[in-house]
Amino acid sequence: MNGTLRVRLELACMAIISVLAVVMIGFVVLYWLQSFPYASTLYEQYRLGGRLLDAVLGTNVFRHPFMWQSMATGVLIGIVAPLVGTYLVHREMALIGETLAHTAFAGVAVGFLVGGVTGWDTPLLISALVVGIAGALGVQWLAERTDTYGDVPIAIMLTGSFAVGTLIISYGRGFTGISIESYLFGSLAVVTVEGARMMTILSIVVVGVVAYTYKQLLFITFDEQAARVARLNVNAYNTLLIVMTAVVVVGAMQVLGVILVAAMLVIPVAAATQIAASFRETLYLSIIFGQLSIVGGFAVSIGWSMPAGGSIVVVAIAFYLAAIAASGRSSTALSTH
Amino acid sequence: MENVNLDEPKDGSRTTVSTIVDVADVSFAYGDQLAVDNVSLTVESGDFLGLIGPNGSGKTTLLHLMLGLITPDEGTIELFGEPVSAFDEGERIGYVSQQATEKGSTMPVTVREVVTMGRFAHAGHSRLTDADVDVVDEALRTVDISELADRRINQLSGGQRQRAYIARALASEADLLALDEPTVGVDAESRDEFYRLLDSLNDSGITIILIEHDIGVVTDRADHIACINKSLYHHGDTESFVESDALEAAYGSGTRVVHHHH
Repeated sequence: MNGTLRVRLELACMAIISVLAVVMIGFVVLYWLQSFPYASTLYEQYRLGGRLLDAVLGTNVFRHPFMWQSMATGVLIGIVAPLVGTYLVHREMALIGETLAHTAFAGVAVGFLVGGVTGWDTPLLISALVVGIAGALGVQWLAERTDTYGDVPIAIMLTGSFAVGTLIISYGRGFTGISIESYLFGSLAVVTVEGARMMTILSIVVVGVVAYTYKQLLFITFDEQAARVARLNVNAYNTLLIVMTAVVVVGAMQVLGVILVAAMLVIPVAAATQIAASFRETLYLSIIFGQLSIVGGFAVSIGWSMPAGGSIVVVAIAFYLAAIAASGRSSTALSTH
Repeated sequence: MENVNLDEPKDGSRTTVSTIVDVADVSFAYGDQLAVDNVSLTVESGDFLGLIGPNGSGKTTLLHLMLGLITPDEGTIELFGEPVSAFDEGERIGYVSQQATEKGSTMPVTVREVVTMGRFAHAGHSRLTDADVDVVDEALRTVDISELADRRINQLSGGQRQRAYIARALASEADLLALDEPTVGVDAESRDEFYRLLDSLNDSGITIILIEHDIGVVTDRADHIACINKSLYHHGDTESFVESDALEAAYGSGTRVVHHHH
């Protein structure tokens, strides 16, 4: 493919994704503010647009506000997970996402227990967020003291936090009787209004922070030692990256579930890496593949009443395989030139 | 130590400190494994210092100490006249590590992106300006890889890749270039070319510290030699090193009992 055409195509995709994100954030915000005069009028427009879409597509999806909450959360996952994942994968920290998902699971369990014992209505995602961030700081602490993001401390952290989570749930079941399954496997229906709001806020913060620290994160990812010599605060940026990972994982967990959430951090990035020429292009393509996986996964999930998490991951892997095939063909094409 | 301080440190005018690195009585151990034993040496502005020693002699450790990547157990180190721990003008040092060469193997990064990293310490969190881009273009031209700018760094040969790293140091307008065995796995011809490039950079006033396992190359190119094997066996100009017996003393013939402190 022609180089400039390719760049234009990528930028066009990024523009579409940005518009999609703005529309989705708009819905979440308007739903939030619908009791205010102007917001309520605008919100009605969304409802109208939804019914129209359903009429055109012959579906029974877009007329329901709860579906919009799920879609908004999904679209935002498709942006921030590959965004943070690009740095993680190339820092060879891909397993960190999986680890923090399990830590966040322990956080959900803690939320259940606290809610069950005290009778308070504990927001589970907030407790997942708190415990997830604590886990992130713990992983960073271990890594700084063992000089690596090595397999062993990560594996201990991963299984350890899951073990603690199962113990807490088992102990707390007497108080709550709530099933933990939806958090393990995720679902479109599990996205609450509060969950979508949290995801919206988290996504804006994460995109802002990555935009602000793009250069520093790139330098550290590519050549940590040279970044240290250039007097970048490497430990602080590493901590920032890993905390952002925890935040993204907790947000994405609603749809994808604890077990599959790491896939969105890794698979779109792996696909992008196959065919990207530069780091910037890797970021763009990761987000494009991530978004396509989300949209495709939602379509499969809604169309055939399949679980959302599994559908999204399978679609993502299909893109990954396609990227491998495409990169193989383009490199042979190059060599025959 | 002469240490003339400047009037305006921040506006691009370089400090006129003539001692770039000052290592005084420095020791460092990994656990109880002594790696650098009571080493003192200075690198003056404009020097081309070859740092040599047998495998495991603490060359890389000494370089890491000088750059502030690790902290000495004993002794003090000054960079550009400041204690190394307080030194914060990172853009003044260009560093090419041993690992740097391997990392580019999987990550999709273009040559231009790598060289642009040299501007990051200058730019901080603000956007890169046209002036930054000009400096990057100039650096690519100086090392003669302009036409490779949009290639992925892992598609380059070893020699080209080293040039890209040098260009990154040039883009940061570094006063000190620290290179850790930069030509491992680079063919002989590109290697000669690479060292000619270092020579011309040195002539233009950049101070160079080079770790190199090939002693012939070092004595050809460097004007000063530091020969270490945990402790310092020789530090002085290249002629005095060639005439001395520091080489046999440091590398030994099986035994490491010979002692020859300077």
